[in-house]
Order: sequence, then structure tokens, then C-alpha cells
Amino acid sequence: MDEQIRLDHGEGGAATARLVREVFWRHLGGPPFAEDAAAVEGAKELLLTTDAFVVRPLFFPGGDLGRLSVCGTINDLAVAGAVPLALAAAFVLEEGLEVAVLEHLVASMAAAAGEAGVRIAAGDTKVVGRGEADGVFVTTTGIGRRIAGVRLAPDSCRPGDAILVSGPVGDHGIAVLLAREDLGLRSPVASDCAPVGALARAVLAAAPGTRCMRDPTRGGLATAIVELAAAAGAGAVLHEEAVPVRDAVLAVGDLLGLDPLYVACEGRLIAIVPPVEAAAALAALRRDPAGREAAQIGEIVAGGGVILATAAGGHRPLHALEGAQLPRIC
Amino acid sequence: MIATRPADHYREIAALTRAPVALMEVCGTHTMAIARHGLRSRLPPALALLSGPGCPVCVTPAAELDRAALLAREPGVTVAIFGDLLRVPGSLSSLERERAAGADVRIVYSPRDALAMAAADRARLVVFLGAGFETTSPLVAATLVRAREEAIENFLVLPVFRLIPPAMAALAADPRARIAGFLCPGHVSTILGTRPYEGLARAHRMPCVVAGFAPGEILRALVLLLRQIAESRAEVENAYETAVRPEGNPTARALLDRVFRVADADWRGIGRLPGSGLELREEYRRHDARARIPVALPAAAPDFERGCACGAVMQGRCAPADCAHFGTECLPAHPRGPCMVSSEGACAAHWRYGGAFRHG
Repeated sequence: MDEQIRLDHGEGGAATARLVREVFWRHLGGPPFAEDAAAVEGAKELLLTTDAFVVRPLFFPGGDLGRLSVCGTINDLAVAGAVPLALAAAFVLEEGLEVAVLEHLVASMAAAAGEAGVRIAAGDTKVVGRGEADGVFVTTTGIGRRIAGVRLAPDSCRPGDAILVSGPVGDHGIAVLLAREDLGLRSPVASDCAPVGALARAVLAAAPGTRCMRDPTRGGLATAIVELAAAAGAGAVLHEEAVPVRDAVLAVGDLLGLDPLYVACEGRLIAIVPPVEAAAALAALRRDPAGREAAQIGEIVAGGGVILATAAGGHRPLHALEGAQLPRIC
Repeated sequence: MIATRPADHYREIAALTRAPVALMEVCGTHTMAIARHGLRSRLPPALALLSGPGCPVCVTPAAELDRAALLAREPGVTVAIFGDLLRVPGSLSSLERERAAGADVRIVYSPRDALAMAAADRARLVVFLGAGFETTSPLVAATLVRAREEAIENFLVLPVFRLIPPAMAALAADPRARIAGFLCPGHVSTILGTRPYEGLARAHRMPCVVAGFAPGEILRALVLLLRQIAESRAEVENAYETAVRPEGNPTARALLDRVFRVADADWRGIGRLPGSGLELREEYRRHDARARIPVALPAAAPDFERGCACGAVMQGRCAPADCAHFGTECLPAHPRGPCMVSSEGACAAHWRYGGAFRHG
């Protein structure tokens, strides 16, 4: 284990996985943390999840910290096949924060929770001295009820299963990066930050055999598929040309040397469905305006590892994100 | 007539590769593009693409990174860097470790951001770590001109810029590299034009083709190189006509000349190359971090840990996988050598984008 916490321990890639394994699992026991949402013992239909949110800037095109903090938690429940029942939120506020800013964020939280049909039912607030936090940190906890008859597990994936994504990838990460750094770039990219519960329920209704779902947040689409394939004990092939990516995201990625496949989404859904149900699931996603650009991007295959078949006709393996993607020099 | 579909290029490349041949892509952005598009998986086994020294992070000497780390430890000093310099190990430390230990190390996207930081807080010294090639140095030159005009005396640069053509000449003269042709850098050539490669092509009988970064552009440049080899020609061809003019960008070069003068310089893993670096001219000395903030450097700063093969990799003498550390002790999370750190380093490209790196 590394001796000090570095920023890349929080990037959701291999360093995060090591930290979880070597510190948290070691003391808290493994299985409850293997998935983003865990079953509650003694109440098998309930799922519990929690997530901490720090983002700079607090407001960005397409969302803000408040919206993000609600969507992140309810989406973890949605992709586990659950409907959110209630949320709790804990705030760490920095001395000097403007109340108007906090109010704006809390209104965003209420709006996002409203979209998902859930209430923020409990909360806590702490204030720390100036400089001891960066404005606002929010932690949200969600409890959800498993949709009757739905059992999602990566190990149910079979070779030939279709991999679907509900929309273009990388919007959130690029939008936040552009808002944070004064790059002098004008870009139409807005964060995709949104609840995915309706999309998840549409997939489950159209494709009852759905194997599992994920929301590709930190580490992006590539890391999510790599982790999913590893958990499934299978491999996957993704087709670069089929993966929806906005031109503006590609352009900014090219400029800064960032691979959109590794850039975070906050309102996208990955679904693994049996081949016979793929067309129905895709059609169901596309019926929802939030899923209009949904696409089948690849298949589960036997063996291990994830391969990207490139638009140039070549192929290369995909790995989990290792460290933060750092913008390059030239 | 040049085919534009990748499939046609693959066919012609296979037809032209009659015997083992090694071509070098000089520039790290090409290394990454080739890996990211999976081009190697479609090339004949006899054709080796070697990754050259065109990765600024990889060739910045350990001693200069030590200097940057020591500068960051000085009270009242902010070190501003491009993101991919954060994790590069010197012999003492890395800027990432210094930042974790409390130093003020900030990632910027342009030297102008560092200048703005200096202008906003005149009580701090802001040191911009000036690593890079002919694409980056004119930008820093322009920033220094502005700093001087606006008398922003607390904006300093630690210049570790390197020039690409002298490194290509050294590699062309090295028989151990067995390079049969250069895929010349695209961005650097927008500044330099195609003329600096003429002497290289003539003196070393070395085919040179300037390439763009789209897969079709890279493949087309490979076809042009292989045709030259098949026809025993050694010329400079420009396959990136949309961006590169033969005369390059004279305005940017004049700006470079105004602020910097050419000096001998050390390249990590390659050694000292005559006329391959840039120093600040006398009029800009007050912005030189080396002159303004003395630090006690260690007596010796070995560029590599024992067993690290980055130097040989960057000179085309071995492939990343030939290094005993690769993928075992040396990984992107805890890199032991510079080629594993940079997103455009040969080892990182190999690790992240996978196999099929071959050595001819």
C-alpha cells in the first residue's frame, strides 16, 4: 500500500480499488463493499448505498454539486435494480460560504430528488473553519427497494450478451474540466448529470433477462466495462465506431490528450442484456428522450479482458483507469 | 494517387514490407495515436515501429526535476506545471510527492495561467517548469515577453526546453538503433517546417515523412516511407499538408530567437547533445528560476534507477517489454522510469494500450 493518500486514490481507477481492498475491506470485511449498493441483512429487498461529493467548481454547465450528489446516489440504486425510497444528506460547510450558494445547491438537490420521485428525509450539517474544506462537501445515503423479481449480477453474463449504453459518454467530465480550468475554449458540452432510474426501469421492462447494469462515473465507460467483465469472469469486445461520443468531447479530448472512454458520465447507464432481448432494450431506451442516442456498443465474450475494435480496423486492450488522466504538454 | 481508406493502406504496407524494417515515430503524440487506434495490430510482423524521444516528460533530466522539487520546497514559491509532469520521478522526489507533503504545486494548461497567478499575487514567486519542444517553447517565449513588458518580476521560468532535429540527427547517426526512416512530428513541424529534415535525409540517407495524427494520415505516411525505402530514395515528404507549410511558422521562430539562445543540453537517457536546448537570453535572466532561486542540488542525480531501460527504449534499441521492470515493478500507478509516467511515453502507451510493440 502507498504511504500517503494521493489524489489518484480518489479517481475511481486501480489506485482506488487498491485502497478499498487494502484498507477498507481489510478492516470492514469484503463483500458488503464489492458493489456500489449493498443488500441490507434482515431485509433482503432493501439496498443501501452512500457516496461523498466534492467538485470544483460547485456550478458547471448541466448541473451543480447538489444535483450531482442526488443523482450519484440514486443512480447507484437504479443500476442495482432498485427504486429509491429515501435519501439522507450530510453537509460539511466551510466558514464563509454564502448562504445563497448553499440554498441554490439544496434547491437543485430537491429538484433532482423530485425527478426521481424520492425525498431527502434526513440530514446533518457541520461547519469547519475557513480553509479546512473547499466550500461545500456533501455526502448522500440512499435506501431503495429491489424491483420485484429482478436479480442483477455480473456473474449471470454469458458470451454473446449485448452491451448497451444509454447515450454519449464523457460529457460530464469534459464539462466540469472546462468549467474548472480557464482554457479559453468555448464548448457546447454540458454535463449529462441526471437520474437514470426511468431508463433502468425501461430496460428491465423490455428485457426481463437483463444480466446487470452500471453507471460509468469516475474512470468512464472503459473502466466500468473492465470491472464488470472481471466481475463476470468473462471478456468483452467494444466497437469504437458504435460508442456514442459528442464531437465537442472528442475535440477537447484530442486537444488535452484525454481519452473520452475514460472520462466520467453522471447520467448514463450501461446494460448487459441477452442477445434476444437487445433490440427491445435498445428501443425502450431510445423511447425516452434521455436515451435517444442509446447504442449497442459491444458484446460479452468468453475468456478475459476487454478489447476495443478501433475505427481504424485495429484492436487494443482496455484497462481500468490508472491514476487521474493528466492533460499533456503539447 | 494516395488511398484514403485504412484497409487500402494496410494492403500496401504489407506489400511494401518485404524484409524486416524499423521506422521511428519521433513524437509522443504519434506513439499514443498509433497505440490508441490499435494500428500495430494490423501491421506486418516484419515492420517495427520504434518510439522516439519526442516525449517531453521522458527526456527532462532527473537533475532538473530535482531542481523543480527543491524549488517547490522553498517558502513563498509556487511551481506551475503541465499535468503530465506531476508524477515524473527525479532522483530525489516527484512534484506529486512534494505536493502531497504540502508544497504549492499547481497544474496549469498554459504558461499564461502561471503568469496570471504571478500577477495576482506579487508576494509569491511563481516558477513555470518549461519542458517541451518547439511546439511549447514559443508559447512560453510569448509569455516571457509579456511578463517583461508588464514588469511581472515574480514570474519565473525553469527552462528545460529541447529541440527535436538535433536528437533525430544523433539517432540517425547511431547504428545500434537501426532506424530506416523517420515519421517526423506533426506539431513540431508546424513551427519548424520541413527544411530542418533536409540535411538529415541527405547526410544519413534517411527517409523522412511529416505525418498528421489521424489513423489514415499516419498510415499514409508509413506508406510513403516504405515506398522511399523500396525505391532507395531518402527524401523529405510532407504528408500533413493541411497543417504544415514547408517554411513552418517564421513568426514563432523569431519569437523563440528573441527570448532564447541555443545551448548544449542533457536528454534523460540519451546524454548531452550539442545545440539541442534553449537558455534564456541576458535580457530575460531576471525571469530565470535557476539564477533567481539557488537550491542545493544533490551531487549526482542518476537519470534512472538500476535496471530501468527507458534510455534504450527512447533510442529505439529495445521495446518496453524487454525491460525487466516493465509491468512488474514499474506500473503507471508507481512508475520507476519516465517512459511509464507520461501519457505519451512508450512504456505507458504499451501498458495502457497493450502488446504488439515489437523491436525490429
